Order: sequence, then structure tokens, then C-alpha cells
Amino acid sequence: MTTHSEEHKTHILPLSLYLNVGAALLTLTVLTVVVARMDLGVWNAILAMVIAVSKASLVALFFMHLKYDNKLYAVVFVGSLAFLGLFIILSMADTETRGDLDPIRENPIVREAIIYRDSTRFTNGHETSELDTAGAATDSADVVSDSTATHSTDSQTPDGH
Amino acid sequence: MSHDSTAALSYLQEPKGLKSWLLTVDHKRIGIMYLCAIMFFFFVGGALAVILRTELLRPERILMDADTYNQFFTLHGAIMIFLFIIPSIPAALGNFLLPLMVGAKDVAFPRLNLASWYVYVFGALFCLYSIISGAVDTGWTFYAPYSTTTSTSVISMTLGVFILGFSSIFTGLNFIVTIHKLRMPGMTWFKMPLMVWGLYATAIIQVLATPVLAITLVLLIMERLMGVGIFDPAMGGDPVLFQHFFWFYSHPAVYIMILPGMGIISEVISTFSHRKIFGYKAIAYSSLGIAFVSFLVWGHHMFTSGQSEIAAMIFSFLTFFVGIPSGIKVFNWVTTLYKGSISLETPMIYALMFLFLFMIGGFTGIMLGALALDVHLHDTYFVVAHFHYVMMGGTVMAFLAGIHYWWPKMFGKMYSERWAKVVAVIIFVGFNMTFFTQFILGAKGMPRRYYTYLDQYQPLHGFSSVGAWVLGAGFMIMAVYFIASFWSKRKVGDNPWGALTAEWETSSPPPQHNFLTDPVFKHGPYDYDKIAVVGDYYKQSGGTKMAEKI
Repeated sequence: MTTHSEEHKTHILPLSLYLNVGAALLTLTVLTVVVARMDLGVWNAILAMVIAVSKASLVALFFMHLKYDNKLYAVVFVGSLAFLGLFIILSMADTETRGDLDPIRENPIVREAIIYRDSTRFTNGHETSELDTAGAATDSADVVSDSTATHSTDSQTPDGH
Repeated sequence: MSHDSTAALSYLQEPKGLKSWLLTVDHKRIGIMYLCAIMFFFFVGGALAVILRTELLRPERILMDADTYNQFFTLHGAIMIFLFIIPSIPAALGNFLLPLMVGAKDVAFPRLNLASWYVYVFGALFCLYSIISGAVDTGWTFYAPYSTTTSTSVISMTLGVFILGFSSIFTGLNFIVTIHKLRMPGMTWFKMPLMVWGLYATAIIQVLATPVLAITLVLLIMERLMGVGIFDPAMGGDPVLFQHFFWFYSHPAVYIMILPGMGIISEVISTFSHRKIFGYKAIAYSSLGIAFVSFLVWGHHMFTSGQSEIAAMIFSFLTFFVGIPSGIKVFNWVTTLYKGSISLETPMIYALMFLFLFMIGGFTGIMLGALALDVHLHDTYFVVAHFHYVMMGGTVMAFLAGIHYWWPKMFGKMYSERWAKVVAVIIFVGFNMTFFTQFILGAKGMPRRYYTYLDQYQPLHGFSSVGAWVLGAGFMIMAVYFIASFWSKRKVGDNPWGALTAEWETSSPPPQHNFLTDPVFKHGPYDYDKIAVVGDYYKQSGGTKMAEKI
């Protein structure tokens, strides 16, 4: 393959190949729409991702000539994606499993933390007014707005014991 | 051009003039410019450290108030990490040496190389500006939510670091292409010096990880300027996410700092043991192994951050893998020493210090990687001592080994070996006084980054501060003997230490295009079992003894 690519510095592919790949991409797009209309449970997301990855691979391999270039470029390309995947997967190992073992960890950031009661930093009207009231009315942790109040009460309970 | 290497003018002599330096594309001159810049910042960061330690001599106020103290330790960390240690070995020594070691005329993209220096200076100016305009007090890690709320100049500092990242990426990219494309004929991958392997592994991390730091800092700036809310729980964000982003770069960055240092140690130990390096391939592969594993362990900085237990367990488990490639290297270095003809010149003394101190740093790292123990030791002086043992005991000692080893090659001058050895001892003593004490402080529960402390910690803090002064004094003497060496009349030969890597085959200092004739690979970088070279340094100082030893 290396010699092949060295011989053809500017690799010209037959038009038919481009058209075939284009047709494959269109077919896959139709397939995406079809699959999206069916209820397959968790398989919906998996299938959608598989189709998306296949389409991206076709573009990278043929339209971007990765298949005909030095293999090192393919390694670099796939490698960078792999590291992105690594970053997301390992971060999600944290964010998706919080509270699995210890419920207090589900919402480690409670809004009663002093730093979030400092109203000066919120500039958008809604937040400012609520937090201003909270800050001005009392220092108590109980006065917090919306749904986080529930979480924080939950997470406070074990502390109390 | 004459083929007599002594007749050729060196890169220091031609072309002349300030402009020829500022617009140079010569990797050696760029390396020297980097060296000057990083030594300036090492001095600034070091001065900050000595002032901090002086403040910590007693629990009450001595030099500054608590807010200034916060700014000082942040600046010490940020300057040392981003302006000194990350560019220290790759950009200064690596730039100078890599093309020489692979027998090339220059790096693959000389103009990009010069651009990287200017980008570095530009980024550094931003950081300096931030000091004037209300120095940042977040710690060098810029953790949200504090960094998004403090009134200090977080934006100019992070923008500076953002710009510095580009300089790092340029250098990494340049090195990767240089190593792939510009090796001299006959130098296959496994005939490269191990320093080159170290720089290669470093360059991969620089290119892969630094963009994530850039993304993180841009998000932080957006958070401050526009309140996008990605790290703000009140808007559905997550401050722990900042730590994920930050450490995905900054943990591999620790290996950007240490890997080229390990490369230096491989060179120095082999040269001064006059023995073929043991386990060449194992050392080469372990560099790549460390580079890979470095991307899997960032969560060990976050065990007490609110990260889930499952993630903490995964990261703790993965962290122990770092010990394997590091252990492979250390055992191979020690085995190289075994039955070698060891000569204790200054570079070798620093290399041995590296072995000793890096082991302590490494083992305490494994301790901190253990989940239960980390809960106790997290954010104490134990952590401070650990990373100073790795970064200073490891990287800085390796850097010092390297700078003493290649100084004659870089400038054609020899420093005073006697003074250098004295200073090595002073630094070793000062370093251990300062930082070993901090292991004890930390284990006793002294939290890091605190302005004051309970009286019971005073004796240890006092001892640590005195150690810092000893350390500072050592570096000042070092600066004097290095500068004094420029007036030295003593001639340095092309190969003072009798080493076999390619950079010693050209003159000291090298001519503008490195080699007068195109170099061809003749022997391996560590073929001490086949070739005996007596270094010019030994020839001058009773070389017969060394010749007999070899």
C-alpha cells in the first residue's frame, strides 16, 4: 500500500467510486430516518450511532482519501478519535455513576455552598432576583430556589445522622 | 567550506548581530533563546518559592498578608509549570539536541520552530501582565467555581497559558515530523538515542493533550465573561467537569515534564558507566507506555472532589499501571550501572540524584493513588512533597544533569567541575531538607496552600524554610559558575565525555548547519562494548587512568 501511495502522489479515483460512495451515504441517510421511526428501545441509539460512524468512515476513507494515503495518517486520525472517546467514556464513568454506591454523592454540589449564594455573580435576571432574595432574607441553607432544593435536602439528611 | 571542523565558525559566531538572533531559524539558537527565557522564569518562580517559604517560617505574618500569599503560591505554580518545566527540556535542550542527535541539519519546520518561541514569549507577556493587573489567586489549577468568581485577573493568566499551549503544540509537531523524516541514513527507529525516544513520546502527548487544555481555558473564560454555565450547577453545569477537563491535559502534562528527563538520564547513565544501556527496547517502549497510560489516570487528582466511587476505583486501579513502565526504566538504569566503569562527573551525580529522588516521588505517588490513603493525605503537604520530588527531584535534576552534560557542546566552554560538584551536594541537601520535611508535615495533617498554621507545625515548617534557602543559595552559585565558564580559557574537545551519540561527532559548539559533511550512521548510540572512546575531558585531566578503566 505504501508503494502504491508513493507512486500516485495525486491519487485520482474513478468517478464511479465517488458516485457509489455517494449513493451509499444517501442510502444510509434513508436508513437513519427509517430506524428513527421505529421503536427499538435502547437499540435505537446504538443503531443510529453505528450508521453515523459508517457514514463518517466512508467520507474519511474515500472522499478524504485516507484509504489511499500513508497508513500513518489513518493511525493518527483514528488515534485522535480514540483519545476523544477515552476522555468522554472515562468522564462519563464519573458523571453517570454518581450516587450508585453512596446516595450522598449523587448531587455533590449543593447550592447552599456559600459560593453559590453570592448573588453578585449571577447576571441573568431570573437567577439574580431569586438568589438575591435568598441572600438578603436569611443565610439559612433552606432558602434555595427550584428543584435543587429537594436534592439538597435529600443529600443533607445523611449528614444529619 | 573547509572540512576541518576546527576551522569552521560555530553557530554562536556567525551570523552576527541581534537581528540574526531574533530572526534565526537555527534550532540551536532557538534552543538557546528558549534556555534564556526559561531560566529567567525559573529564577522568578524560584524567588517566589523562597519568599513563600520565608513567610511560612512562623505562623504569623512575616512578609505579606494572606491574599498576597495566595497570589504568590499561584504564581509560583503557574510560572514553574507553564513557563519553566513544560518547555524546559523539550523546547530548550530538545530543540538544541534533537537534530544533532538524529544527524539532521535542523528540525523539520524551522520557521514554525521560531514561531513557537515568539508564541511562548507572547504568552509569557500575558502571564506577566496578569501579575501587574491583580495577580491570580486560584492556585495553578484554576479550579471552578472559585476561578469563575474571584476578582483577580484569571482571564489574562489563562489566556497566557492558552497561548503558551500553542507554542508547546508547535514544538511537539516539529519533533514528531523531524524524528519520522530527518533521521540520518542508517539510523533506524531502534538505533535512535533514548533521549530521542523520550522526546518522541513527549511530543505525542503535547500534540494530543494540549488542545484539551486550550478548550478548558476557553470554557473558563467564556464562563467568566458570558456566564455560559458549563461549570455552574445553578445553570445545570458541573464544577467537577472542570477538573475532568483540566486533568485530562494536566496529568499527561506531568509526563511531558518527566519523559524527556528520563531520556537525559538514559544518555548520562550510559555515558558515565561506559557501558551499553541495558534493555534499550524496554526503555524505548516504556516511554511510549508511559505516554499512553498517562491519558488513563487523570481522575486520581479528583478522589475527594465528588467524583463517583466507581470512577474513583477505576482511576485508582489504572494509576498503579504507571508504576510498571517507570519501574522498567529504573531497573534498566540500575542494571546499566551494575559492573559499569562509573565515573562521577557532575552530570552523573545529578543522574544518580534523579534515581534516588524520583524513586521517592514515584512511590509516594503510588501511595496517593490508593483510595483510602488519599482521603487522609489529599490536599496536605504530603502531596506537595510528592510532586516536588517528581518534578524537582525528577525533572529538574534531569534537566541539571542534561545542562551540565551538554554545556560543553552548547557553548564550547567547561564550567568548574569542582564548584559544580559542591553545588550538587548543596542542592541535594537543600532539596531533601525542604521537601522530605513536608512529607512528615503532610502526614501529620498540615493542609497545603494555607497561610498560617498551628504552633505544633512550626519546627518542621522552619526546617523546611531553611532548606529552601540552602536550595536557593545552591542555584545562585550554579548561575555564577555557569556564567563564569564563558570566560574560561580551557579548551573543550568535540567529545569531552567520550560518548557515542551523534551530537558529539561535530565540533563544540557546532557549526551553523550542525555537520560539515552529511553524517552517516556508523555505530549504535550505546556501543560501548565495541568502541572505547576516551573523552577529551579525561585526556586533559589524566586521561590514562580513565583509558585503563575503560
